[in-house]
Amino acid sequence: MPWTKVYSNKAEFEKALSDNKDLRGLAYKDALLEATSQMLESDETVFVIGEGIDDPGGVFGSTKGLHLKFGRERVMDSPLAENGITGVAVGAAVAGMRPILVHMRVDFIPLTIDQIVNHAAKWRYMFGGKVSVPVVIRSMIGRGWGSAAQHSQSLQSLFTNIPGLKVVMPATPYDAKGLLRASVYDGNPVVFIEHRWLYEHMGHVPAEPYTVPLGKAVTRRAGRDATIVAVSYMVYESMCAADILKNEGIDCEVIDFRTLKPLDMPHILESVSKTGRLVIADTGWKDTGIGSEIIARVVEDGFGVLKAPPERVNLPEAPTPASPALEKAYYPGKNEIAAAVRRVVKRG
Amino acid sequence: MLLDMYASMLRIRLFEEKIVDLYPEQEMKCPVHLCIGQEAIAAGVCLNLRKDDYVFSNHRGHGHALAKGSAMRPLMAEFYGKVTGCSRGKGGSMHIIDVENGILGTSAIVAGGIPMGVGAALASSIRKDGRVTVIFFGDGAYDEGALYESFNFASLKKLPVVFFCENNFYATNSHQSARQSACRISEAASAFDAHGVCIDGNDVIEVYKATQDSINRARKGGGPSLIEAKTYRWKGHVGPEADYEKGCRPKEELLYWMERCPVKVMRELLLSRSVATESELAGIATSVTDEIEDAVKFAKESEYPPLSDLLTDVYAPVKETL
Repeated sequence: MPWTKVYSNKAEFEKALSDNKDLRGLAYKDALLEATSQMLESDETVFVIGEGIDDPGGVFGSTKGLHLKFGRERVMDSPLAENGITGVAVGAAVAGMRPILVHMRVDFIPLTIDQIVNHAAKWRYMFGGKVSVPVVIRSMIGRGWGSAAQHSQSLQSLFTNIPGLKVVMPATPYDAKGLLRASVYDGNPVVFIEHRWLYEHMGHVPAEPYTVPLGKAVTRRAGRDATIVAVSYMVYESMCAADILKNEGIDCEVIDFRTLKPLDMPHILESVSKTGRLVIADTGWKDTGIGSEIIARVVEDGFGVLKAPPERVNLPEAPTPASPALEKAYYPGKNEIAAAVRRVVKRG
Repeated sequence: MLLDMYASMLRIRLFEEKIVDLYPEQEMKCPVHLCIGQEAIAAGVCLNLRKDDYVFSNHRGHGHALAKGSAMRPLMAEFYGKVTGCSRGKGGSMHIIDVENGILGTSAIVAGGIPMGVGAALASSIRKDGRVTVIFFGDGAYDEGALYESFNFASLKKLPVVFFCENNFYATNSHQSARQSACRISEAASAFDAHGVCIDGNDVIEVYKATQDSINRARKGGGPSLIEAKTYRWKGHVGPEADYEKGCRPKEELLYWMERCPVKVMRELLLSRSVATESELAGIATSVTDEIEDAVKFAKESEYPPLSDLLTDVYAPVKETL
């Protein structure tokens, strides 16, 4: 299926395009831009707010030119006041709008925890369902070029612990567009985390508006020996790891869970029940991360299906270093995922 | 209008006093933050507002809701944790909502509701619906960064907001002078190029006029105002007791402000100017008391939420077709 296919590199996608004229290629960042533009076009309650969203770069291209098309009343730059502006978006949502709030770095989100955790997540429940909070909080994980400890974090697990929030991390251009639209129309506060290294990735993206439902995982590659469960940028690394392992006779299934909250456990469990082996590849740290949750639920709901202890591929337990030598050692990738799968296969 | 001001203040006063009476029964199993002594602000502000104007409030929000037009039944039932409460028993006294009267929920995080109020005003501004948003907060919220972030944005975008600071001098038990270097809250407005004024928050007429001026300014696109109204909370930060009983502040201070009781002052004014007779004022009191008794009976007789409500309303249902 062209819309579930992951293209590991541009050349591979260009070849696919030449083989299939029905495909429409779009980069991840342009898929986000197109989704946003289409919603601004068709829905007066949608507006976009964030630091620097109307600058010439347009949040790495994902909001580029929107202010020219829709005006600064609906596509507005904001002061550097992350908590306040998050509250403004939350309040506007409660008052009937569908704001898309952009925090250009995930690292800025800790400044907004009061509004996200104490307000957005609880506002509907606290008032007996009388109002809802249809706000999407987009944010980007940075990586590389010495981004260091405060411009590179993957903080998704801060939010998976909070009832009332949803957490989404699209890996492909197709999902970026469809999940963004689904998030805006979900009717709940959605933390929507993108990865900078995905921004130039190409994939099939239909021109018309569509949604990809939240809470649904997708199998990116079928296999019988081991299940690699991955999200965001780690989906690509997992696909590459699966290629490496194929040559060694290990047939991997790769699942992209796309939404961290709610988590599509039936999909994951079905695969693990088949392969009996599980490796989870996440962009963040290990302790109480999404991998911990997935393993816990596999054991709770499917105790006995595992043939070997599962493994997690995460960042090492340290903030991100700046030096290129240390940075290279910091990030796990296809080789670390492949090594984890080999160990799991070897143990049972 | 003077009679409306009196009736609104009395409605708040007697409602809060009823809570004082009933609270020891321990049937109201939630914290209560009473606004006795501060009624002139809620009454004077809200008499300027349209039904669809927004009000954002805080943990001490009973008076604001009543003044904005909320019925007593759903409020009282909420305090009793009943399913008939305004928040279906999930919020308690700190979390009041009345969408029809423009109250979209109240936050119990100090200053937490301020950015949300500005957000509602932004929604009004984008929709051009002519609504004004009034955000009530205390002098404690002046300590919080969220206020400045919100005020700057509201002023930058010329949003139709009135920032209304009820300065009762205490954040729980910490005096303003122990927390703030200048103690001139209204002057902060000038830093944001906005209108700021400091008034007597126990003078309902002064509150009314100052708010009218700010609301007219906001509705005409003149941007936000900051009104600082000095007043005094007779009861403790939370609960029905007075603070001096716990040694938190001098009794003389309370007695000074009780002399300046906004309800008493207005009552004397109405009688001295022959705006109303004793029997007319008694009639108002009787109808308020009847409303309160009815609300208490309703609240006490209402059911608790079914246990199946525990997990409802966490998320809005997702529509299938987008």
